[in-house]
Amino acid sequence: MTDTNISVENVSFVRGKMDPALPPPASESGIVGWMKKNLFSGTSNTIFTLIAIWLIYLIVPGFLQWSLFDAVWSGSDRLACATTQQGGELPVGWSGACWPYIGTYMKQFIYGRYPDHELWRVNLVFVLFVIGLAPLLMPSIGHKKLNLILMLGVFPLVAFILLTGGSLNYSGFLLPNSIISPSLLKFWVDFIILSAVIVGVVIALKRATDSDPKPAVRQALFAMGVFALVMLIASTNFGLEEVETDKWGGLMLTMVIAITGIVASLPLGIMLALGRQSEMPFVRLFSVIFIEGWRGVPLITVLFMSSVLLPLFLPDGVTFDKLLRALIGVALFSAAYMAEVVRGGLQAIPKGQYEGAMALGLSFWQSMRMIILPQALKIVIPGIVNTFIGLFKDTTLVSIIGLLDVLGMINSSLSDPKWATPVQALSGYLFGAGLFWIFCFMMSRYSIFMERRLDTGHKS
Amino acid sequence: MKLKLLSIALGAVAFGAVSGASAATLDDIKAKGFVQCGVSQGLAGFSNPDDKGNWTGLDVDLCRGVAAAVFGSGDKVKFTPLSAKERFTALQSGEIDILSRNTTWTMSRDTQLGLNFAGVNYYDGQGFMVRKELKVKSALELSGASVCTNTGTTTELNVADYFRTNKLDYEIVAFEKADEVVGAYDAGRCDVFTTDQSGLAAQRLRLTNPADHVVLPEIISKEPLGPVVRQGDDQWFNIVKWTHNAMLNAEELGVTQANVGEMMNADNPAIKRLLGTEGAFGEKLGLGNDWAANIIKAVGNYGETFERNVGENTPLKLPRGVNSLWSKGGLQYAPPVR
Amino acid sequence: MAVQEVASAADEPKVALFNDPKIRSWIFQFLLIAVIGWVIYSMVVNASTNLEKQGIAGGYGFLTNEAGFAINFSPFIDYSETSSYSTVFWVGLQNTLVLAVVGIFLATLLGFTLGVARLSSNWIISRMAYVYVEILRNIPLLLQIFIWYKGVLALLPTAKNSIDLGFMGALNVKAWFGPKPVLADGAGYVGIAILAAIVASILIGMWAKKRQMATGERFPVLWTSLGLIILLPLIVYFIVGQPLSFEYAKVGRFGPRGGMPIPPEFTALLLALTTYTATFIAEIVRAGILAVNRGQTEASYALGLRPGQTLRLNIIPQAMRVIIPPLTSQYLNLTKNSSLAVAIAFPDLTSVFAGTALNQTGQAVEILAITMLTYLIISILTSMFMNWYNARMSLVER
Repeated sequence: MTDTNISVENVSFVRGKMDPALPPPASESGIVGWMKKNLFSGTSNTIFTLIAIWLIYLIVPGFLQWSLFDAVWSGSDRLACATTQQGGELPVGWSGACWPYIGTYMKQFIYGRYPDHELWRVNLVFVLFVIGLAPLLMPSIGHKKLNLILMLGVFPLVAFILLTGGSLNYSGFLLPNSIISPSLLKFWVDFIILSAVIVGVVIALKRATDSDPKPAVRQALFAMGVFALVMLIASTNFGLEEVETDKWGGLMLTMVIAITGIVASLPLGIMLALGRQSEMPFVRLFSVIFIEGWRGVPLITVLFMSSVLLPLFLPDGVTFDKLLRALIGVALFSAAYMAEVVRGGLQAIPKGQYEGAMALGLSFWQSMRMIILPQALKIVIPGIVNTFIGLFKDTTLVSIIGLLDVLGMINSSLSDPKWATPVQALSGYLFGAGLFWIFCFMMSRYSIFMERRLDTGHKS
Repeated sequence: MKLKLLSIALGAVAFGAVSGASAATLDDIKAKGFVQCGVSQGLAGFSNPDDKGNWTGLDVDLCRGVAAAVFGSGDKVKFTPLSAKERFTALQSGEIDILSRNTTWTMSRDTQLGLNFAGVNYYDGQGFMVRKELKVKSALELSGASVCTNTGTTTELNVADYFRTNKLDYEIVAFEKADEVVGAYDAGRCDVFTTDQSGLAAQRLRLTNPADHVVLPEIISKEPLGPVVRQGDDQWFNIVKWTHNAMLNAEELGVTQANVGEMMNADNPAIKRLLGTEGAFGEKLGLGNDWAANIIKAVGNYGETFERNVGENTPLKLPRGVNSLWSKGGLQYAPPVR
Repeated sequence: MAVQEVASAADEPKVALFNDPKIRSWIFQFLLIAVIGWVIYSMVVNASTNLEKQGIAGGYGFLTNEAGFAINFSPFIDYSETSSYSTVFWVGLQNTLVLAVVGIFLATLLGFTLGVARLSSNWIISRMAYVYVEILRNIPLLLQIFIWYKGVLALLPTAKNSIDLGFMGALNVKAWFGPKPVLADGAGYVGIAILAAIVASILIGMWAKKRQMATGERFPVLWTSLGLIILLPLIVYFIVGQPLSFEYAKVGRFGPRGGMPIPPEFTALLLALTTYTATFIAEIVRAGILAVNRGQTEASYALGLRPGQTLRLNIIPQAMRVIIPPLTSQYLNLTKNSSLAVAIAFPDLTSVFAGTALNQTGQAVEILAITMLTYLIISILTSMFMNWYNARMSLVER
């Protein structure tokens, strides 16, 4: 350092202090910079951006114009939405959504043809559902087991009674009709006989293996008792008017089908997934055939089968409600998909967990119940939610077999000459699309949220 | 686990299954307390639900008549709306007791499907509807047109036969549901809408501008529409058959919904036999002797139901035409009650 | 049931017969078979007694009967009202496959574009792809089909005011009346030329690969083959005297008629199936690309490859291994979803065979069995292909 003597002050051409840093050039910062970096960073990128802007220009303003700015918001019949050429009030060539039609039909789109004075029952079921489901979805809230029992055990029964009116009639199922004529009494006699037979079989089996029959008998009696209680409640007359399922419709029916489908398919799917992993050849074969068979055919053919063929396969005189038949079809179909989701979870559990369960001396069912399934099912929650989204969208197919879900209701409203205009169909379908989109989008967000939360970084 | 499965299975059976197998439909119906009647998914004038879900129409009235014959009240009937695809299976499987859904009586349906047609409550024929602006005068001018129709019906076959035999070029567009056919025709997807003439009159009301359309004069087929029951239960077959016949006989004898009360005291032996004041014709059917009186009280005679549902004073404005009584030059002819 | 097997291997002298896991498992399986057998047996018995009691004639004899109804779309199979029900089946299958093949082709194009676009550094492109995917995949397919069919395509002008597309024919609410290719004598040579060009391209591709392996020199296979496939038939076409002409729709009393009409039902289904399935393909492609280690991209850049080349030569080939299996199941879904044609009267397998033919004959059991079996066979063939491909492409770890 030879120039240490030269003081900075003497040298005029040397700057004494640092200048403050200049802001980055306008072209590199702020909106312009961001645009340059993200939109116009090269020739090809610029072209892409321009194409994108052109596409947006093509679609968005036209859509907004049609559905909002040019739309009709009030009116009492088709005149409000039709052009003068079509006998209405709007100028010739006008085209815009017809929202008052949606307003008039809103009740039908949500409740179907459910009687007006009984709508509180549907609303109550919906409120109960939200109250029960919300804490279940939030991982931070405890008491999951109790919550699950309430949602899977108590809620369906309450919903069933509220929606249908309860007071089921049973006519018995076991003894020939010649002994006791079909009646509620016969049903309970039959039921007691069946319970006795089951308990007897359990005792016999346990005796044969020299083990204590008491716990098994207790379990069996408990199961039959719970079942009897459910049947009893379902047959009790709560003074609710009966609402037949052909009056159900709209969003309510969509929800009923989707939720019943998913709830019924879960246990079935778990059994099938376990069956597919089983080392018993016939069990495995059966599960594989069942799963692949249902997955290989379109849902609509399954629904055709349930609506046209199922009645033929039942014994003479036994008939199922149309909705119940569709539900059976949907449940079996989604069980096959659920089985594959659960199988994914089972396969993701490290082998050490299975071996650990064995080392503890747990039986197969014990190890499944206490070790494997709780972990496996937790992993596949996003998969289950995705299956549910798929099922929720697929419920629209029941409109093809004549059930009036949201789409079926929209389709049936299109034949109302009171609102018939060229824009009616698109307005109705746009409403339906919006409704489904909100539900499905929320569920898919939830699925992503759970995926992130459950991702413990163990993925290989 | 096994127990759980068993209980689930048991529940499923007890849930929706209404068991009660027996050969006699009438006994089953009396036990359950109502007649289950299969109808269309909505065809104005024949079977159509209003916004409260109450069914009206010619086909519906026949079912109400059957219910009145059995129970004395036309309200003891439940309606199952069915698509063309489901209708026969629903009847075969016992889901419904009677199918009254503007179903054409054909030989193959009568002989191959295990069904019995219990009469003809509307003589119909297939017609064509086109837009007035096309200025078509005859169906023979329809070469090159697209034709909308219902799939799985006799109409679909008739139209194929007609266009083929007359060497006309055409495109068929066949929908599953009646609503869709009308919608497609209204939207201009097809130039021609074909179905039974009564159906044309009914569906026309759903068009945006009914006055813009015209029905062509040609009738290309015979479409006897009537109620259907399962084969193998003659008693039930007779009840449905004679419900229709009783309504026709009542019209012929001048018995109406309004005067059926006083007619009970009439001297005419034919009326006496019909209304059950003489003889035991009802008992032989397995019903009460006042069976026919109950039918008339509930829905009126055939002429009344016709005028109320599809006649000149209804939006359908169908002329009585071939459906007049035989005595007035029509085809409706009922065997006597004797 | 590995638990019990381990236990039984140990020496346990006093095991009750029922507690022997082997025997237990056989008893359980026997019970299962018995229950399934009973269910199937009772279903068969019920069905046959029900059918017999009602005097319904079963069997597959109806397949040779004359169908008697018309079908408005059959591009390859000759069908008329006098054809048999078995022809109806083949027409239905043909239409399903045509729909599926065209749909798969378009959905793959759109899906790959969207998938790559979602990962684009261009903000507006990636956002647009994201919005597209999130909107369309959360709306039921059937609803989308109806939107296209009754909402959008129904807004087309009526037959009288058809839009004239010039060379592409005419468009109205009844159909798109495209030009119908009419082959004259000598068209066969053009076909042979196309085949020859394809074979030559494949051979060139094999040779180029061999040469690249040996010398490292690359050969522009894509451009050569493309040129070959386009030019060769074109030259032959002119040599044999232009044996191809187009037939257009003629305007008659009911608007255009003739040419090659594509009904709006087909268009609506194709649009809906393509745009809907593309969203799922886009997600699969995105996940596949993200699954390729970031180091691969960096290595490519380090080697001096441009982004496009990196994507084409490095990333996509590796991503394909992850992409193909779920992609195949999306193809299968598209094929199965094409059965929704029944909702808007396009004569596919479900609509014309399990719909019209079923209604006309009443042979519900036989027809639904044939239909479901056909779909099942299609999906089994597809999964067999997928397994074969997986086995071929799986990483061989050394």
